[in-house]
Amino acid sequence: MPQNYVPIFLFMGVAFAIPAVTLVLFKLVRPENPHKTKLMPYECGITPLDDARGRYTVRFYIVAILFVVFDVETIFLLPWAVRFRWLGKFGLLEMGIFLGILIVGYIWIWKKGALEWV
Amino acid sequence: MLHLILFSVFAVIAVAGALNLLVQRHPISSALSLIVVMGSLAVEYLLLGAEFVAAIQVIIYAGAIMVLFVFVIMLLNAGVEERTKGSKVALILGFPAMLVGGLLVAWVLLRAPNVGSVNVGAMYGPPKAIGWLLFHDFLLPFEVTSVLVLIAIMGAVVLASPVRSRFSRPQPEPERQALKAAAGTEPAHEETVTARRSS
Repeated sequence: MPQNYVPIFLFMGVAFAIPAVTLVLFKLVRPENPHKTKLMPYECGITPLDDARGRYTVRFYIVAILFVVFDVETIFLLPWAVRFRWLGKFGLLEMGIFLGILIVGYIWIWKKGALEWV
Repeated sequence: MLHLILFSVFAVIAVAGALNLLVQRHPISSALSLIVVMGSLAVEYLLLGAEFVAAIQVIIYAGAIMVLFVFVIMLLNAGVEERTKGSKVALILGFPAMLVGGLLVAWVLLRAPNVGSVNVGAMYGPPKAIGWLLFHDFLLPFEVTSVLVLIAIMGAVVLASPVRSRFSRPQPEPERQALKAAAGTEPAHEETVTARRSS
């Protein structure tokens, strides 16, 4: 079975090789003249006021976790979809129940306003 | 033979990534090491023949869950890990304890009667087989999963949403309103900076 995945491994190899080769190659070619000021974040010439790594709002967390949850839901659709004909009406009913429960949750978060960027 | 070599190589990468995760002191570096661990585990699943699980490992774990981890790190604004005396004690006691624990688990697994070795790639795990198992043999666990996911949705929203009246249009936070009222003569730049800090 894994023989079918040789192209993917080749692809991975190329994907890792390109940045590695470019980094090494450019390290050899470019002039190197490091300075502390060059590493400062650029803010229109003004000295930065505080750390760039500020605290993020919790809304990002809500978006991320809702994404993960519905991602998991979508993953469950795939094994059902490839067996769709074979599972027939019973499979449709099963998936209907599964999605029904989740759609209740979806409507709830919609009404709750969690999908809006406050 | 090639399978075994690939399997061993990615096993070493996974363990190295896990060790790096523990050694790194900045949370973002640890999170990146975790991606390495999850990616190499995906390859291990693939080599064992569990194609669907391998794809999910990449999509869900290395993709979605890592994004969540990074967001949480940014949300907590976690800085560089501090080393105290307690962490030294944990280091001295933890490594032997982990070694003993690992050996114990390996010993129990090898001694267990129903455990045998399986050839690399001998298991099956294409989506069709998973579909058959999921919608036939493990129907109830599958349906219960949806309730579990529902609990996750509700828990996250309840924990993370700001306190406000039910089903109403969201109001701007009182702090920001006060800031806007107080801003008055102050320059606009100052206001945005303080607003960014408070949010």
